[in-house]
This record gives sequence, C-alpha cells and structure tokens, in this order.
Amino acid sequence: MYLINFQSKNFITKFVGFLFLLFLIFLPFIMKAPYIKHVFIMVFIYAIVAESWNILSGYTGQFSLGNAMFFGLGAYTSSILLIKYNINPWIGMIIGGLIAATFGIIIGSPVFRLRSHYFVIATLAINEIVMVIFLNWEYVNGARGLDLPLLPDSFKNMTFLYNKDGFYFISLAFLLFVTYIIYKIITSKIGYYFKTIKGEEDAASSIGINTVRYKLVAISITAFFTAAAGTIYAQYMLYIDPAMVLSSMLSIKIVLIAALGGVSTLFGPIIGAFILIPIIEFTRVFFGGAGQGFDLLIYGILVMLIALFRPFGLITLFKPGKNSQ
Amino acid sequence: MTLLQILVQALVNGLLIGCLYAMISIGLTLIWGTMEIINFAHGEFLMMGLYLAFWLFTLFAIDPLYSLPIVVLVFFGAGVLFYKFVLKLLVHRSLFPQVLATFGLGLIFQALALFFWSPNYRLVRGNILKGNFQIAGIWIGIPELVTSSFCVTAMVVLFYFLNQTRTGRAIRATTLNKEAAALVGIDIERIYILVVALGISLVGFAGGLLANFYYIYPRVGGNFAALAYVVVCIGGFGSTTGALMGGLLLGVVTSIAGIINPAFKYAAVFLVYLIVVLIKPTGLKGW
Repeated sequence: MYLINFQSKNFITKFVGFLFLLFLIFLPFIMKAPYIKHVFIMVFIYAIVAESWNILSGYTGQFSLGNAMFFGLGAYTSSILLIKYNINPWIGMIIGGLIAATFGIIIGSPVFRLRSHYFVIATLAINEIVMVIFLNWEYVNGARGLDLPLLPDSFKNMTFLYNKDGFYFISLAFLLFVTYIIYKIITSKIGYYFKTIKGEEDAASSIGINTVRYKLVAISITAFFTAAAGTIYAQYMLYIDPAMVLSSMLSIKIVLIAALGGVSTLFGPIIGAFILIPIIEFTRVFFGGAGQGFDLLIYGILVMLIALFRPFGLITLFKPGKNSQ
Repeated sequence: MTLLQILVQALVNGLLIGCLYAMISIGLTLIWGTMEIINFAHGEFLMMGLYLAFWLFTLFAIDPLYSLPIVVLVFFGAGVLFYKFVLKLLVHRSLFPQVLATFGLGLIFQALALFFWSPNYRLVRGNILKGNFQIAGIWIGIPELVTSSFCVTAMVVLFYFLNQTRTGRAIRATTLNKEAAALVGIDIERIYILVVALGISLVGFAGGLLANFYYIYPRVGGNFAALAYVVVCIGGFGSTTGALMGGLLLGVVTSIAGIINPAFKYAAVFLVYLIVVLIKPTGLKGW
C-alpha cells in the first residue's frame, strides 16, 4: 500500500514537473513582454549558479560564501578573450570554466584544511581579495568595467541584440543540462562520497576515501558551471564590472537562493530561484525607486523567516516530516 | 618626512584604529565562544550604534562623548531582545539557519537605516572631540586617541570581569564546556542572555565612539564587520585576548598597506588572515 502510494506520488511529481517544463518552453511564444522574459532569464541564470553551489556546499557540506569569484572569473575570462583576442564566447565559456576550476583547485588545496566557520570566512576573504584585484587591475579596466563588443546576432556568437528569446532558451537549456549532470553525479559513487564527507568527514577518511581529493572534485565542478553561467550573464548584459559579478553580495544571494528552496536537494535551488529572483526584481521595481529600502526590508524579513522556521527550505512544504533537525 | 617617520606614523595610526577593531570584534567572539553562533548582523549593530549617537546629537544636542552611556544601555536592551527573539531559536542549529537568520536581520537593519536616515553620508559636526596634536613629528588625532583609550579601558574592565568575578568565570566556564558548566550549577540560559547583551552593548559602545570622527551611512557596517570576522579568525573564535591581538595586528596591517597602496588595504588584510590561518588553522589563541 505504502509502495503504491509512494510510486503514484512520484509519478505526480514527475508529471507536474514535465508540465511546468512545457510551460517554460512555450512561454516566450505566448508572453511577449520583454521584462517578464528578462526576469525568467535571471531566474534561470541564478538557478544554474545556486544549483552548482549546491554541489560544493549542499552535498559536500563545505559552506562557501565566495562563489561570486567563480562567476566573475567566467564572465571576465570570456569577455577579455572576446575583446582582446576575438575568441568566440562559446570557446571563452569553456576556457573560463576551466580557469575557474583550476582556481578552485588552487585555493581549495590549502583552504580545505579549515573546518566549518573558518572555511566560511576564508571563502569570503578570498572573494574580497579577487574583487579588490579586479577593481584595481588596469588590464581588465578596473572599476570601470568592460563593454562587450556587439557581434552580429546569431547563436554561434551567443549574441541576440533584438530579442530576448535566444538567451531565454540558452539559459533554460543550460539549466536543464546542469541539473541533469548534477543528478547523474549525486546518484553515482562520487555523489555518495560527497555525502559521506558532509556527514562524517573523519569516518569518511577512515574508510579510505581521500576526502581532500573529493572536495577538490566538488569545488572544480561547482566552479566550472558557475563560471559558465557567468559567461552567459556577461553576453546577456553586454557589460560587466566587479561590483556586478564579483561582489560578496552576489555570493550571499547565491546562498540565499539555495537555502530558500532547500539545500542538498536537486530541485531546491531551482525553486529558490523561481521565488527569490522575481521577488527581488519586482520589489525593486515597485518600491526600490524611492531609495527607502522597502525591497531590502522584504528581502530581509523573508530570509529571516525562512531561516528560523523552514531551515531546510521551501521544498520541505512538499515533503512533510523532513523539517526536523 | 623621512621614511622612518612615515613608518612610525603608520604604526601609531594602526595601533589607534586597531583598538577599535578589537572592540568591535570582542562582542562577536564572546557570542561565538558561548553560543557557537556567528552573528552576521554584527556590522549592522555597529551601524545602528553610529546612527543612535548621530540622532542623539542632532535631535537632543547630546555630544557623542556624553551619549555613550545611553547608547550602551539601549544596546544592552537590544541585545536581550536579540537573544530572546532570534538567537534563542538558533542555538544548536546548523550553520545554515544561523548564517541566514542573522544575515537577514542585518538586511532589515539596513532597510530601516535607509528608511529613517536615507542613503546619504552623515557626519557629526561641532562635537567636543576634534583636532590633532604633534609629538616628535608624529601627528595624533584627538578623537582617535580618546576612542582608543576608551576602548583600552573598556577592555581592561572586561578582562577583569571575565577573569576575577564569579559571573565572568561562569561565562568562561560555559565557553570551555557547556555540559560541565551546567553540571556545577551554572544557569546556561542566563549566561547566554548576559553574553549576548554584553556583546551587543560592546559593539554599541564602539559605534558611539566611532560616531565622533567617522562618516555614517547605511552600509558602513559592512567593511568593519568584514574586518571583525577576520580579526576573530586570526585571534581564534571565542578568545577575547586573541581578538585584541588580531585587532591590533590588522590595524597595523591596514595602516602600513595604506601607505604603499590604499586600494589594496583590504587585500592585504585578507592575505595576512590567510597566512595566519594556514599556519595555525584555529587562529592565534583558538582551540
């Protein structure tokens, strides 16, 4: 009886998910307002970033408050390659991802010796250093930021100047791709290693798991996908500066999205992005103009209430009984 | 000015501001030490302290120097409320809800500051503490000197309280081992309230002093809080003497990095932090 119920519930979840995906695919053809599409593109990009954060910080348990540096490295690498060497953004995206992953491994090898709160502050500190370096680095135009050249409109150039549909579908497809890869990873042997490291690191190393190596694997996956999302963001906005793509506020936003939806769940970060990003965008439009901080107030109250009363995220609303600690 | 003079000047400035950094960090490290919660709204409490002093000055013409006891008392009450309504729900929870709830509270404070005081930069003008004087070619600002001597005095009192009084020893016992402390009859709940109220009133004290010479805006807490986290990490979470050492070290580092290239001041801070923490992962005085 229980099994049948479980199966049917699982089926309903899949069916609702499938319907929602269909809705997202057909939305641009029904909805013509560019602003709504813009909000959805932001939702997809942030969902990708939060989903990648989830690998390192959710599943592997290494709470990072510095993921904006990977995002920024991706955005800056592809933009610099395009501006200075005329290299296609798609290639720039892969190179940016590889650079971010390498950077993650370089900082990871020392920083992974630190535990819990020391690790949190260390990632925050490295994020700040990277931001200060970019703010003062003439080669990348410092605080003035980079204006991206306007290439001819095409999928090959990852440039769509007149229509938002291109970025809508690129970011949606990439989100699906990242979610699929992460699903494959967490259900594989490596995924179980990650979860063991999170649960009981000493026990994990005592049964012969090289914990540092698997943490490095986790950080490089996270860094690669975050950087790739950074490239999409840069191509979409056509302008980047350190405050946009490297600030610790962005790092914190990434954490909030994942935590809002549900940390270490596959769909949590996506749910979080679908709720938080529209709230941020709309409150900014409705209340932000007066500069009186109503948008911040709503954002802050929401974050506090979630953290105090739904610490495992909104996804627990669908799974009763999993909200205890 | 000779190179030596510049260096001594930077050292003096660094030590003066370092006392303030230590003062801000001690509240953070006390709360972490007893409750194992990092208060991510700490910088915003500092900001509120600055604005409170600013308001008392502009609305009631009370000089920031004289309004200090009022600020400390208000913050003591605020600390009790902060414990009752926020931290009490977060004890023994995992890192996620702790970071997010306190961070959310910080956002709410920023929103309130924007609402009441607008994003403009404010400055307390025409207060008692101003000007500077010169000893042996070294310039010393009077507000900075008074601030750091107040901070040093407060820290001496605090260390005396923690080491010599029964309540202070109870706090230290709780920091070292909660179960054992409870077994010998220490009321842990009371210690928690006391420590949070103490920590918050210390950061209010720092804010009230800072209002004498620093400009005030809704996001002023951010940089100081970032420095305070680093100070606490360098000193070791939970250690008050560690916070003092870390604060002075960072004061000197920011000041010396400032003469080489002001832009890389904070980069230098975080670099020093990484070096310290990689050599000794629990900080100078941590466990």
